[in-house]
Amino acid sequence: MRTVFLKGRGDFTEWRDAARALLQADIEPQAVDWRLAGEATLLEGAGEPQPMPEPLAAAGKAVAVPAAFLALAQSVVCHTQPARFALLYRLLFRLRHERQLLEIVSDADVIEALRLEKSVRRDSHKMKAFVRFKEVPGEKGPRRSFVAWFEPDHFIVARTAPFFARRFADMDWLIATPKGSATFNGEGLVVSDQPAEKLDRQDVADDLWRVYYANIFNPARLKVKAMTAEMPKKYWKNLPEASLIPGLIAQAEEKVKEMAEKAASQPPLFHARLRERAATALLADPPHDAPSPTLAGLRRQAEGCTRCPLHCNATQTVFGEGPERADIMVVGEQPGDQEDLAGRAFVGPAGKLFDGVLSEIGIDRQALYVTNAVKHFKYEPRGKRRIHQKPNQGEIEACRWWLGQEVDLVQPKLVVAMGASAYFSLTGEKRPLSEVRGKMMSIGEDRRLLVTVHPSYLLRLQEGEVQRRERQLFQNDLRGMKEYFM
Amino acid sequence: MLMKKSLKERLAILSDAAKYDASCASSGTTKRDSGGSGGLGSTEGSGICHAYAPDGRCISLLKILLTNFCIFDCAYCINRSSSNVERARFTPDEVIWLTLEFYRRNYIEGLFLSSGIIRSSDHTMEEMVRVARELRTTHQFRGYIHLKTIPDASPALIAEAGLYADRLSINIELPTDQGIGQFAPEKKPAGIRRAMGDLRLKIEEASEPTLQTKRRRTFVPAGQSTQMIVGADGASDATILGTSARLYGSYGLKRVYYSAFSPIPDASSKLPLIKPPLMREHRLYQADWLYRFYGFDIGEITASAPDGNLDLDLDPKLAWALGNREKFPVDVNKAPKEMLLRVPGFGTKTVRAILSSRRQRRLRLEDLGRLSVSLRKVQAFIVADGWTPHRLIDRTDLRGMFAPQPQQLALF
Repeated sequence: MRTVFLKGRGDFTEWRDAARALLQADIEPQAVDWRLAGEATLLEGAGEPQPMPEPLAAAGKAVAVPAAFLALAQSVVCHTQPARFALLYRLLFRLRHERQLLEIVSDADVIEALRLEKSVRRDSHKMKAFVRFKEVPGEKGPRRSFVAWFEPDHFIVARTAPFFARRFADMDWLIATPKGSATFNGEGLVVSDQPAEKLDRQDVADDLWRVYYANIFNPARLKVKAMTAEMPKKYWKNLPEASLIPGLIAQAEEKVKEMAEKAASQPPLFHARLRERAATALLADPPHDAPSPTLAGLRRQAEGCTRCPLHCNATQTVFGEGPERADIMVVGEQPGDQEDLAGRAFVGPAGKLFDGVLSEIGIDRQALYVTNAVKHFKYEPRGKRRIHQKPNQGEIEACRWWLGQEVDLVQPKLVVAMGASAYFSLTGEKRPLSEVRGKMMSIGEDRRLLVTVHPSYLLRLQEGEVQRRERQLFQNDLRGMKEYFM
Repeated sequence: MLMKKSLKERLAILSDAAKYDASCASSGTTKRDSGGSGGLGSTEGSGICHAYAPDGRCISLLKILLTNFCIFDCAYCINRSSSNVERARFTPDEVIWLTLEFYRRNYIEGLFLSSGIIRSSDHTMEEMVRVARELRTTHQFRGYIHLKTIPDASPALIAEAGLYADRLSINIELPTDQGIGQFAPEKKPAGIRRAMGDLRLKIEEASEPTLQTKRRRTFVPAGQSTQMIVGADGASDATILGTSARLYGSYGLKRVYYSAFSPIPDASSKLPLIKPPLMREHRLYQADWLYRFYGFDIGEITASAPDGNLDLDLDPKLAWALGNREKFPVDVNKAPKEMLLRVPGFGTKTVRAILSSRRQRRLRLEDLGRLSVSLRKVQAFIVADGWTPHRLIDRTDLRGMFAPQPQQLALF
C-alpha cells in the first residue's frame, strides 16, 4: 500500500502530479491510500508504507486523457469528500482501457464523480448568487471598495473568483471564506487557499434591499419549501434579507385575509376625470358601419374588422395596396406569415415570385392594385412556425364586403383572380380552377375577369420540369394583363 | 400638499406594485463582461437567482415600476386607475442609482423595469428608454436589462429600447380578445399582437448580417416574452395553451409566463378574491414545456381533458400516457428519441443520457435508477434489459398508482 498525502484544498495540480506518477508506475488503484496532510494512514502500524514511485524519466510528461475527464477532475478535486482522490484515480486508471467510460453514465464510478461535480457546481453557483458585498467607505478615489464574507461547502473560491473579476471590474473587492479568499484591485486577481478571518460589516444599502425583498414577496403564494430548496437555511446567516423571512411567513396569512375582507373602495377622483376624458374621445371616433367613400377611409375601417373570428388570431388586417384608381386589380387568397407581420399584401415568398414574373413580362407592380379575398391570415401553429390554412366559405363571404368596396372604389377594367378563393369571392361561383383558368370573362359592365393560379401553388411544386412549365403558364396568363394598361 | 415620500417608501410601493409580473429570467442573452472593457457587470448565458422570497419565486432582477400611476383601468391590476392603492413615482435617475447600487452588492443580475402609463404611452416609454440608455452609455452597465414595452408606444422608441435592453416584453394579459375587452378595456389586443409582430421583424432584421460589415447587430438578444393571467376570466387551459402556441408560432416568443391570478389590495369587485390557482399554473407550465421541448401538440395535451382543463392530480405527460396506453411500453434500448421523450418520468436530460449510454451498452432498469429517474413512475411504461412491465400498462387501476392519495376527512 502506498500512501499519498495531499493538502486537498482544491488544488488540481497536486493530485495530478501524484496520479501521473502512480499511473506511469502502473500502480493499481486498490494499492493507493490517499490521505490529507496531517491525517493518520489507513494501515498505521501495519508495516512501513511504501514510498511513492520514483519519477520515471518520462515523469512530468502528460498522460493522454479525454478532455472531459480533465474538466471533471478539476471540479471533483474541489469537493470536500475524502474519497474524491481515490475515485478520480480509479477513473483515470480505468480510462486507459475503457476510453468511452465517461459516456457510460450508468457506471457507478462515473455516477459518483458526476454527483460530486454537480455538488461543486451547485456550490459555486450559490457563491455567485449569495455573496453579498458590503461597501468599505474610504478616500474618494476612482474605485470603490467592497468586502464579502461567504461560507462555501467546498474549495471553490479559486474556481469561482474569476466570475467576480469579470463582473465587478470597476471596483476593489475582497471575498473572504473559511476555505480561502480572493482579492481584486483592477490589476489582477489574487486567490489564497488559507482560511480567512470572519468579516462582520454593515452596509446601509442592505436596508433598501430588505425593503425590496419584503415587498416583492407575494403573501398569497406562500411556498416555503420551494424557497428553502433553492436558498437552504445554511446560507441565511450571511444574507441580509434572510432575517425577514420568519416574519414574512408568519404574517402572510393575516395579510391575505386583510385583503379579502376589505370591501371595494370608491375610485379616486382622478379615475372619474379619466373616464370623462375617455368618453369624449370615444364620441369623436367615426361610426363603423357605413362604407367609407374613400379608399384610405375604407382601409382604416378594415383595421378594426371583426366580421369573422379570424381577426382574433391574426396580427392585423392586411388591406389592398396600389393606386386609388388602377386599371388592373389583382386578388390573391389571403395574407401569409410575412404579410401578417408586415401588414402588407404580397411581401412573402409568393409575393416575391409574383414580382419576379411581373418584371419578366415588363409590368410594374406599382401600377397594380393588389389585394386578397380574405384580409386576415388563417393558420395553425406548429412549434415555432405557422402553417397556412385555407379560408372556408364563411370566412370568404364575410370578407367579400371589403373586396366589393375595393372594386367599387378602384374601378379596375380588369380583375385578376389568383386561385380558387379569389375566384369564388369575386363571382360567388365554386368551379374547378382548371375550367376557368386563362379565360377572359366579364363581370359587370366594362369589367373583365382573368383567372389564374395562385403563385404559392408554384412554390409548392417540386423544382423541375413541371414547375418550370407551370411557371410559364402562369406567366402567359399574366401577359393577358398587358392590353389593359392605358 | 402631500409630503414627498422617501426613496425607501417609494421603493416599497413600486416593488409591491411590480410583483404580479412573473418573469424574472436573466438568461439567454449575449455573453459580455466588464473585464476588458471597464464598466460594471456581466452576463454569462445562464442567469443567477440571487435570492428567493417565501413565495418560492426567484429574485434575479430588481423588478420595479417607474410609476404606479396609470390611466388604464384593467380590473385585475393593482395599479388600475380606479384603485385607491398608494401612488408613487421614481425619477429615471433614482432607478439608475438603485440598479447600480444593488448590482454592486451582488443582490441582482440587473433591472426589470415596467411602468404604469402616465400622460401617454410614448411619454412613459421614453422615460423607460432613458433609464436603459443611461445605464448602458453613461454608466457602462453590462448587466441584464428587461424592459416592459408600453402598449402603443411608437416604433422608434421600441427600436431604441431594443438597442439597450436584453429582453423586451409586452403582456397579452388574457388568452382571448373577449377577455381583454372585458377586463382591460383600454388595451387593444390587435395592438398588442402588432407590437409583437413588429418586434419579431426587427429582431430578425438585426440578425441578418449587414451588407457592409457582414456583422449581425445586437438587438434584444434575449428575445421577447409575454405573460397571461390564469384564473381571472373563464378561459380554459385548452384556450390558454392554444393562445400560447399561436404566440410562440407567430412572434418567436422566448417564453409565455403564466401568472395565477392573485388577490390584490383594494381589488375590483369584478373579480373573485380567490386563492391563486397555483397548481393550475404549474400544470400549464408543464404543458408549455411539453409543447416546446417534447414534441407534443397542444391538441394532444388537452385531448384527455373533456372540459379543456388539465388534470390537477396528474402531470400532463402522465395524463397523456394513460390516455394513450397502446403506445407503451417503450423499449429504452431501441425507441427513437421522439418516443423516449414521451415516457412519463423521462426528462430531456435523461433522454440524452439514455441515448449516449446505449451506444456503449444495453440498459437495465437499475441503470435508469442510477440516472436519478423515478422507477416507480417509469416502470409501467418501459421495457429494458431484464424488465418487461407484465401488462402493467393494461391495469385499470394504473391511474390510482400515480394520483395523490385522497385526503382523509377530518373527524370532529
